[in-house]
Amino acid sequence: MYPTKEQWLRALCERHGCEIQDNFTSATVAICGLGGLGSNIAFALARAGVGKLVLIDFDRVDITNLHRQQYKADQIARYKTEALAENLKEVSPYTEIALHTVKLTENNAVDLLRDADIVCEAFDDARCKAQLVNTVLEKMPDKFVVAASGMAGLSSANSIRTRKITSKFYLCGDETSDVMDGVGLVSTRVMLCAAHQAHTVLRILSNEFEV
Amino acid sequence: MVKINGKDLNIAGKSIAEYLAATNYDTKRIAVERNGDIVFKAQYEETVLCDGDSVEIVSFVGGG
Repeated sequence: MYPTKEQWLRALCERHGCEIQDNFTSATVAICGLGGLGSNIAFALARAGVGKLVLIDFDRVDITNLHRQQYKADQIARYKTEALAENLKEVSPYTEIALHTVKLTENNAVDLLRDADIVCEAFDDARCKAQLVNTVLEKMPDKFVVAASGMAGLSSANSIRTRKITSKFYLCGDETSDVMDGVGLVSTRVMLCAAHQAHTVLRILSNEFEV
Repeated sequence: MVKINGKDLNIAGKSIAEYLAATNYDTKRIAVERNGDIVFKAQYEETVLCDGDSVEIVSFVGGG
């Protein structure tokens, strides 16, 4: 049996309660960067029934991505936007998905993020992270931004946390573990950080603003 | 005193740009919050730190 949209929505309402589910279903969340953070955030939010996801990444799937990112071996060399959209449709067929296979910059950010209620920063480069966070907070002050910093390595899972920096800016991660140090990125810790980000999104959509 | 990332510093009267110049922060990797609001990048020069200000400098590290 393949579920209809009505059956899918009813199942979500049974799990989350209809009031909260309505908030999820009517929300648009942008995910900037579709690597270990972004692909896992996207799966969590699609499964939770967030109505629309805006997926932004210019890059293609590489063999070195498969250890932590939600792609399949036969998707190597495909655009991440298109590959992830296919994978999301398999688990959550009625999530609306918009794809932007471009590099997000200060110049196109306002346009690409226009529809989003919440922006997830899921880049890997530290300067790109800072630039996106500053751009959203400066140019789009009505939006929430949920960013990540520090999730590399095999340190304790419990050091990954969420902090509220301003009323619109949340930061997930241990804030210290740089990808340039030690063993690099490990799937479990990246997933933990992605889960913190996705969970923060769902809490904001449930009008729970404290961490 | 000005509180920066939880530490009380005797730097009232300095601008955020002046404080950052005296530290090791890479200004391209940071976001600065002051008394609950983000400080726009273009305002680091003109934002003068006052007695009692609470500032947080978020310095991003790589990985994602």
